[in-house]
Amino acid sequence: MSDQPIKLLYFAWVRDRIGLAEESVAPPAGVTDVAGLMTWLRGRGPRYEAALKNDRVVRVAINQRFARPEDAVAPGDEVAVFPPVTGG
Amino acid sequence: MAVKVQADDFDVGAEIDGLTRGRPSIGGVASFIGLVRDMAGGETIRSMTLEHYPGMTERMLADIEAEAHRRWPLDASLIIHRYGHLQPGDRIVLVVAASAHRQAAFDACQFLMDWLKTQAPFWKKEETPTDTRWVEARASDDAAADRWRES
Repeated sequence: MSDQPIKLLYFAWVRDRIGLAEESVAPPAGVTDVAGLMTWLRGRGPRYEAALKNDRVVRVAINQRFARPEDAVAPGDEVAVFPPVTGG
Repeated sequence: MAVKVQADDFDVGAEIDGLTRGRPSIGGVASFIGLVRDMAGGETIRSMTLEHYPGMTERMLADIEAEAHRRWPLDASLIIHRYGHLQPGDRIVLVVAASAHRQAAFDACQFLMDWLKTQAPFWKKEETPTDTRWVEARASDDAAADRWRES
């Protein structure tokens, strides 16, 4: 990936488990989609593993739009990771 | 069309008056008001904290509202959703749909709530006397949203 980082945002129990609300990351060049980014993040330590272990539960938004595992992630994107929503 | 995401409470009557004033084509207004309950899963709820994703929340609510206007002949609509620390009995959400006739208003109001519950990035944390816990999403909410899917 280029020198521009990806901005990650974490919400609700994903944030609690990781212990961070946001961070900037620069994954290796092989990380090009949501599924790849999640796999890479899980490898960053036990807190990430605990927060992101269940792919079916955790939701991802790219630039404030819901994203699927196969959707592309590019440098400069804002990627949010969070549990299923519970508003209303 | 209007979307408001705010910490402050809202005045339901004033909001509906503001929406219908000067729009004499409106013949019916349907509204839904969501409140904080004092019980969940058999446990007492002392308070609730609502978190959201600023930016995406407003965008998703605007999308949901635009979709309702695409599906029904609405003259006006409004979504207000609060965030922050709330007590049992407090208002959480107001959805209003106004149309020439009641059926479009009823249907659009229900659609707006069902989609909001599954699409808008809000998360509730409940505080019980002994614990705090994140509320889990309900399969019944997904099912309620699914019935509006266009095949």
